[in-house]
Amino acid sequence: MIPPSFEYLRPSTIKEAVAMLQKHGDAAKILSGGQSLIPMMKLRLARPEYVIDINRIPGLEYIKEDGGYLAIGGLTREADLEASELVRSRFPIIHDTAGFIADPQVRNMATVGGNLAHGDPANDHPATMLALGAQVVATGPKGTRTISIEDFFLSLFSTALAGDEILTEIRIPLPPGRSGGAYFKLERKVGDFATVGVAAQVTLDDSGICQRAGIGLTNVGGTPIKARKAEDLIRGKPLDAAAIDHAAQIAGQDSEPSSDLRGPADYKKAMVIELTRRALKQAGERARK
Amino acid sequence: MAKQSIQVKVNGTEREATVEPRLLLVHFIRDVLRLTGTHVGCDTTNCGACTVLLDGRAVKSCTMFAVQADGRELMTIEGVALDGQLHPLQEGFKEEHGLQCGFCTPGMIMTSYALLGKNPKPSEEEIRWGISGNLCRCTGYQNIVKAVQYAAAKMAK
Repeated sequence: MIPPSFEYLRPSTIKEAVAMLQKHGDAAKILSGGQSLIPMMKLRLARPEYVIDINRIPGLEYIKEDGGYLAIGGLTREADLEASELVRSRFPIIHDTAGFIADPQVRNMATVGGNLAHGDPANDHPATMLALGAQVVATGPKGTRTISIEDFFLSLFSTALAGDEILTEIRIPLPPGRSGGAYFKLERKVGDFATVGVAAQVTLDDSGICQRAGIGLTNVGGTPIKARKAEDLIRGKPLDAAAIDHAAQIAGQDSEPSSDLRGPADYKKAMVIELTRRALKQAGERARK
Repeated sequence: MAKQSIQVKVNGTEREATVEPRLLLVHFIRDVLRLTGTHVGCDTTNCGACTVLLDGRAVKSCTMFAVQADGRELMTIEGVALDGQLHPLQEGFKEEHGLQCGFCTPGMIMTSYALLGKNPKPSEEEIRWGISGNLCRCTGYQNIVKAVQYAAAKMAK
């Protein structure tokens, strides 16, 4: 499949890339890992006149602790996230998520920033970032601004990024002690989008009471979903089997799946309930370690 | 649309070409460089037959533009044999019957090459995980896993 013709632009700084976006507006698309954009161009679902390749801009690939946050550069590859010892030890939920994204070759190219900025509710990082209460740093003509992940996903393939902004960093608050998280994904085969995915992150106090809870759902609605009612339900209670089961039922109600090739809507709701149960259970186990 | 000049080091040799930006890397490799060992299978980022190494990392060349490889280094299946001698991976696929039709083999070998570079002694599970982005539709995976194990053992000697 041959994509439509386009003009290829390769900025060497963010400033230059933003200027290109300002000049070309909706006719331009940012090329990050390209693992969503290029297939869409090959299918001619996307027809940008200008492709702005940001891969040669230095300083956008990093994973580091920075003032109470885990900071991930927008161009960081999924494979690097998966291999990061810092991520594995402090954020097993992100390690889980990165390993579920597409397949090894795709993860060598695909970026964390692209996974979020694409605004696809079928992508895996959005649910995890919702569970973790992440922030997204956008860089535009006036400098940078920070957007809460809860305000980031507006509708299908649409985010809070302005037309002349680039997602340059993801910031995740470092969780306190006795925190844990997990991501569960039901997929038909490696590389497929989730039939259902559930991310859960909890913080317990010394007596096992749940102090913080974040639950994000993948591919069961027009946007990634934060299961607020389920989160509210477990906060302030011991994270035991009864509470987990109740929260899982509520998360099922928070989901809005539609029937498609991956299954009927009621099956997907049942899977939201089951995966929420598993994710909360594992999150709790990891928090108690 | 303006064509772009690119320079890519392919299997150790600098190659130059002027290409349309929309030219996919796999078509550059096959049609411009005439290195036809890299295959187009599904053309939809699923099957891994088009896998090549970009600066040592396995990537699907049907899901990348040739212009993105400008100034970078590629390795294809044609670059795997050493001085006319089969690479241990190639030998392993032969010895362990890791192929029938052979269509997926170049991609399987390139992915495994990168895997063994990172992890010279992979467990069976790590091999299966490592080649999870490559599809085989005839041999089955059992002998492919054995072929990679053969190569890992030989390379450790």
